[in-house]
Amino acid sequence: MNPIIQTRNLNLFYGTFQALHDISIDIESKMITSIIGPSGCGKSTLLRVFNRMNDLLEDVKVEGGVFIDAKNIYEPGVDLVELRKKVGMVFQRPNPFPLSVAENVLFSVKIHRTAAFKEYGDILEQSLRAVDLWDILKDKLKTSALNLTLEQQQRLCIARLLPVKPDILLMDEPCSALDPIATAHIEELMDQLKVNYTIVIVTHNMQQAARVSDRSAYLYLGDLIEYDSTEKMFTIPKDRRTEEYLAGKFG
Amino acid sequence: MQKNFNGKLVKEWVIERCIYLSGIASIIFVGLIFIFLAKEGFSLFKTVSVSDFLLGQKWYPISTPAQFGILPLIVGSLYVTLGATIIAVPIGIASAVYIAEVAPVKTREILKSGIEVLAAIPSVVLGFIGMMTLVPWVKNTFHLPTGLTAFSGALMLAFMAMPTIVSIAEDALNAVPKRYKEAALALGATRWQAIWRVIFPAASSGILAAVMLGIGRVIGETMAVMMITGNAARIPNSLFEPVRTLTATVAAEMGETVRGSDHYFALFAIGIVLFIITFFINLIADLAVHRKLK
Repeated sequence: MNPIIQTRNLNLFYGTFQALHDISIDIESKMITSIIGPSGCGKSTLLRVFNRMNDLLEDVKVEGGVFIDAKNIYEPGVDLVELRKKVGMVFQRPNPFPLSVAENVLFSVKIHRTAAFKEYGDILEQSLRAVDLWDILKDKLKTSALNLTLEQQQRLCIARLLPVKPDILLMDEPCSALDPIATAHIEELMDQLKVNYTIVIVTHNMQQAARVSDRSAYLYLGDLIEYDSTEKMFTIPKDRRTEEYLAGKFG
Repeated sequence: MQKNFNGKLVKEWVIERCIYLSGIASIIFVGLIFIFLAKEGFSLFKTVSVSDFLLGQKWYPISTPAQFGILPLIVGSLYVTLGATIIAVPIGIASAVYIAEVAPVKTREILKSGIEVLAAIPSVVLGFIGMMTLVPWVKNTFHLPTGLTAFSGALMLAFMAMPTIVSIAEDALNAVPKRYKEAALALGATRWQAIWRVIFPAASSGILAAVMLGIGRVIGETMAVMMITGNAARIPNSLFEPVRTLTATVAAEMGETVRGSDHYFALFAIGIVLFIITFFINLIADLAVHRKLK
């Protein structure tokens, strides 16, 4: 076992409300881990701990340890820019910038100055190829990303993460704005990407978790109830609450 | 029952007509104003040629023979407007960015109401304050014979344009969906990079509209300019000389003209020039806003 993300006794508070209770979890490298649970259980909150996007909200307090590659990312003096280069994020609603396709893909390269101008063409092609957009978009690199279909936009959002060579891709319900066919395409893409990346996906769609993920974590009201290989959890859940949720008794 | 129904229909009809009339009234009034302006203004060109009017360098409306060249006035307006724009646009946009993206919530509320108050100060009051404080300051700082200069006017007008620019640009920045900023930060952008590379371009058409409306405010402003630019109708060599603007000329001389005289017509012709300038500025602002909606 080779955990890339580890949390130890993680507690998170929004003001006085405690959203996460004492969570200790090891997320394995080069696998897809899904976080499932009913709405408001803290799935997205937990995901946003891993790239410290919760920092944007006021009045958030994090206790306990969160380690990525054995380094505590909540220690004072952690470089958020480096952290977010390493841990990319895909959002629920596709959010390409209102710029051209090329500028979207090259955004991170430009702000981090990680490549020379003459490498831009290769980066563009590699990133778009990785999400199967190159053949469709190679002649439309200058068009606005907002003209793409929702599925293409979400693919572009994934492609946009790749030029800075992240290790981890966080996906916050990446398919909830997409139709079933587009969802199937994105799931296929995730399967290809897990060869090179560790993927953590939040989903409220249990079937999706069952289809794509290697391991699953079930959160309920901010508690980590069960964490196991997806196959085990979906066939013989250990906890009665997991079983009831998977059986659709509440959602 | 039948009668009641008819009554309702009549009421609907009356209300609809009233709304229609109020709507059409504004168009009719604008039309009438323009017709009057054109009728009076174009009468000048029976005696003075258009090129003598627009390009003539001498504005001596009451000498004999009278000369109606408004080039000095156009240059005066241009100096004051350009000066005010150069000062107000960067500061206005910067403070809009600060208010919309950087300031903590409390500071933001205070600043926004402060800007509204600034917009509410009557221009004559600002002009008076400018005359008492700004004019002597300009005179002493730059060692000029008089502080009543184009520069003073530009500075003062920058103050007046700023509230327009700040509040409209701030609205444009706020209208940019938060998810763009989130995406940029999640990619490791700093706050400044997110603002400069994503939010700012996304709001650019609204910001352009803000700038154009600010400029429109400056060109149309009369009172404060008349009080502090010195009102010398000659082509200035620099920003630090007295100038007279188109608006100030109309305001200052309208009371002394004889109705139906060439001087009187000339002032209306200046009105046409101003009308055309502001029309184009508003048109550009409008186009910018509509480009954004697409």
